[in-house]
Amino acid sequence: MTEALLEVNHLKTYFPITSGLFNRTVGHVKAVDDISITLKEGEAFGLVGESGSGKSTVGKTIVRLADKTSGEVKFKGIDLHQLSEKELRKLRPKLQLIFQDPYSSLNPRVRVGDAIGEALINHGLATKAEARELVLEVMDACGLSTYHYDRFPHEFSGGQRQRIGIARALVLNPDLIIADEPVSALDVSIQAQIINLFRKLQVSRGLTYLFISHDLSVVEHLCTRIGVMYLGTMMETASRDELFRNPLHPYTKALLSAVPVPIPKKKRKDQKERIVLSGDIPNPANPPSGCKFHTRCPFATDICREQLPVFRHAGGDHYIACHLA
Amino acid sequence: MASISGGAVELKRSQAVPVRSSLWRQAMLRLRKNKLAMSGLGFIIFMFLICFIGPLFSPYADGKIDTANMYSAPSWEHWLGTDLLGRDMMTRLLQAGRISLTVGFASMCISVLIGSILGAIAGYYRGIVDQVIMRVADLLLTIPSLPILFILGALLSEWKVPTEYRMYIVMLMLSFVGWPGLARLVRSQMLSVREREFMQAATVLGLDDRRKLFHHMLPNIIPLLIVVATLNIGGSILYESVLSFFGLGVMPPTPTWGNMIDSANNLIDFEQHPWLWIPPGAAIFTTVIAINIFGDGLRDVLDPKQKK
Repeated sequence: MTEALLEVNHLKTYFPITSGLFNRTVGHVKAVDDISITLKEGEAFGLVGESGSGKSTVGKTIVRLADKTSGEVKFKGIDLHQLSEKELRKLRPKLQLIFQDPYSSLNPRVRVGDAIGEALINHGLATKAEARELVLEVMDACGLSTYHYDRFPHEFSGGQRQRIGIARALVLNPDLIIADEPVSALDVSIQAQIINLFRKLQVSRGLTYLFISHDLSVVEHLCTRIGVMYLGTMMETASRDELFRNPLHPYTKALLSAVPVPIPKKKRKDQKERIVLSGDIPNPANPPSGCKFHTRCPFATDICREQLPVFRHAGGDHYIACHLA
Repeated sequence: MASISGGAVELKRSQAVPVRSSLWRQAMLRLRKNKLAMSGLGFIIFMFLICFIGPLFSPYADGKIDTANMYSAPSWEHWLGTDLLGRDMMTRLLQAGRISLTVGFASMCISVLIGSILGAIAGYYRGIVDQVIMRVADLLLTIPSLPILFILGALLSEWKVPTEYRMYIVMLMLSFVGWPGLARLVRSQMLSVREREFMQAATVLGLDDRRKLFHHMLPNIIPLLIVVATLNIGGSILYESVLSFFGLGVMPPTPTWGNMIDSANNLIDFEQHPWLWIPPGAAIFTTVIAINIFGDGLRDVLDPKQKK
């Protein structure tokens, strides 16, 4: 077994809720509540879950845009949250985040070429001339043209901007790319282009991805392993094929049954019975007792309401947090 | 490396116009279409030119007192007449313009410098530094500027500051009351820019503080700063005129538009020698209006969101 590139152990990220004159902390939003992920080199891990399940916060906590509450994030064996700002800065090029919104994640006043290349120069990884070469090379790989180098972000469409964001991460030749819903802001035809781009880069550069998405079909296309999150907690992880063929957790089953089918009348032979979840995701500041999913789980029993299920091994590389399955 | 080019990008390649665009040039192009703003700018430039060059061609530039020619009405010899000491009003008006425009421009520069540096520090580092700077700014903002200026001006007279230095001290006084507002503005902009997602992106890229500050934050603030600074010049000119009018700013014999109006501060001059006060009044009025019009035009092209 190769050594893990990224190891997230029992990560918790709580955001304090303050109120009153003295900003007293009155509670916590438990955005990420005990998440563990292990990523091997060359692997693509898909993190899925509905809105508000804390997927993005996991990504942001890993790159330390948010502070963890407890747990550890080890990148190549180094705990990122123990590093000083200076040490972290040196390590950052190896660990890149691609943002969800290609509109707000690019500075409107920085030319595209500069935006992609500035980190190279800033880290002393290349001279200006070398950086230009590298940037043009990466832009080409991402489907951008040479003449785009001197343009400003507002002159690009959403899909092109996302390519810029990808190029900006790639030019640093990172070992790990965390993609935070990189296609959710784009329309479907562009989504396909960008996903194919991710895939080609994965093959040609052997990248390791942590791919955050709420779209199961995107993740199915791209990832080798998938984790399902609900309300800050991991519900189920398994290899892609195993998860799609044999989902164990009721939440995963519900999610999979909600994936749209190309021809609704012609049921696929592995088509699952549609499970409609009622209600909304509960408030992460005040999560339900026991299993967090019990309020919406069609199979919930007394034990679900009282005891927090352990995240346990369920055969092969399948892990699950459920009392029933 | 494998070359990957999407179909959509291939299509766009045909309609390529390889022009290195610049946000500034685009803004200037738009500004040029705004006739009102351009005429404002034209007038400001005209004012600067005649004030700084005009007196060089005047036979009365030495400001000699001519007792034979006191209070003479406008004529071919004296286009705007003469004042109570027989000095040529036209020449004095232009010389006064030099002082007024210089004071307005310089005090704007100083207050923008102080205000943006302090505001940037407060907005970037936050915490205790922010608190100290902003409480001082708040303190200054709570006292109305005009009374402060009057008190400072009166102190200058009390301490018998030599006339030739007063101009520079007036500049500093105006900057002193001008910087808190600018510091607030820059700070609030810094706070808003630092929360934007591209700053998070800069952090993830591992850019250092200097790069973040000078390449990512400041360029997003400068357009607004230019607009406010421009409008600030007009305000400074007005304040200087007010001070000088009350004899608390720049003192005669150094002429400014303000103290020239002051020389008509009696009923006889007011009624019988209108050439003493109309030209400097008109000069203040038109210059400040031109600056404000130009500033508004700049605002429209540089900072469309801030429209009133």
